[in-house]
Amino acid sequence: MANSQHTAPLTPTAARVKALESILLEKRLVDTAALDMLIDTYETKVGPRNGARVVARAWIDPAFRARLMSDGAAAIAEFGYQGRQTEDLVVVENTPAIHNLVVCTLCSCYPWGVLGLPPVWYKSAPYRSRAVMDPRGVLREFGVELEPDVEVRVWDSTAEIRYLVLPERPAGSEGMSEEQLASLVTRDSMIGVGKVKLP
Amino acid sequence: MNGIHDMGGMHGMGPVEPEPNEPVFHAPWEGRVLALNLAMGFHGRWNIDRGRYFRENRHPLDYLSSTYYEIWLKGLEALLVDAGFVRAEELAAGRSLVPPPNDVPRVPGRDEAHAVISKGSSYRRPETAPPRFKVGDTVRVREMTVAGHTRAPRYCRRRRGIVQEVRGNFVFPDTNAALAGENPQALYSVRFEGRELWGDAAGPKDAVYIDLWDDYLEAAT
Repeated sequence: MANSQHTAPLTPTAARVKALESILLEKRLVDTAALDMLIDTYETKVGPRNGARVVARAWIDPAFRARLMSDGAAAIAEFGYQGRQTEDLVVVENTPAIHNLVVCTLCSCYPWGVLGLPPVWYKSAPYRSRAVMDPRGVLREFGVELEPDVEVRVWDSTAEIRYLVLPERPAGSEGMSEEQLASLVTRDSMIGVGKVKLP
Repeated sequence: MNGIHDMGGMHGMGPVEPEPNEPVFHAPWEGRVLALNLAMGFHGRWNIDRGRYFRENRHPLDYLSSTYYEIWLKGLEALLVDAGFVRAEELAAGRSLVPPPNDVPRVPGRDEAHAVISKGSSYRRPETAPPRFKVGDTVRVREMTVAGHTRAPRYCRRRRGIVQEVRGNFVFPDTNAALAGENPQALYSVRFEGRELWGDAAGPKDAVYIDLWDDYLEAAT
């Protein structure tokens, strides 16, 4: 917050939020240290690097992969990833024959524990309206062209089940370490709008 | 509710526009709004479904012209007034107009709040009755018009699908959002063929999987 003191005056929305926070503080309904912790958690601690580590492990460790596919939440808990918006996690696996894509048409449901908070496009009207109806067209906008014989499965997150896509391991990555593999895995590939590529 | 939030299958919204190197928050106030929503949720006066209902229950022009965190701000303000935490006049004035009541609820501090979000809050409940449908059953989403909150998207109503998985017993959003009870029931992963939903506009190898509660479904052939 410190640097906002030196920039332009608060926008109307920023002022409205500030007023709301001070009302809640005056009423002793919130704790400033707790608010700061919540922001820091989702801004710096929880993010798609978590999911990338899970994917890399699944690529190199068949036993972990089996646990991940049968109970996603229990498997990610092995990394210490758990909690809000990842209580029930289902992992869906991309193969040469099947491509999975995740959306929440009704709001913005997203597996926070492994991917952090969703990007703006995921929450936007264009993605939410079209992912279920024209998934191949949406994928094309992300630069992913699927062959006609590839089946597309779109997962609409209408309940408290959260979905993570296990992307295909790229050809040519056989000699790479788990850490190197994790560095290849993008957020988009775990939503299903991208593929993992070698650098 | 048949609201603007229920967007699956709408045309005219334009292309998806990813932002390279997108920050988690685009302004400091967005993080404050997220944190205030989470922190006020700790008081237990509403639940995840009621929170969603208060965000989606607004005029379509307001919904579409608000950013994501503006909707979270407006939803929170409405929840706070509804729950009696804050008066509408106080929101308008931008300051507290009455002293806090004597019975101020206990506020989780930093460590307790961290424990709460780390643990999460599952909406899974113990099974009380065997699920009505099993994997492989053909089901149809009921014709339904729900004025309040519901999680059966319009685009799948009256459509036929096949149960792929029985997810377990989960809190029912329609009653939970209305503070009318958890009414836990079986949740199913149902596969709909693209052409069942969209006709010839869909490809023959497109399918949509939707998680649907027992009350949304009827047996079909």
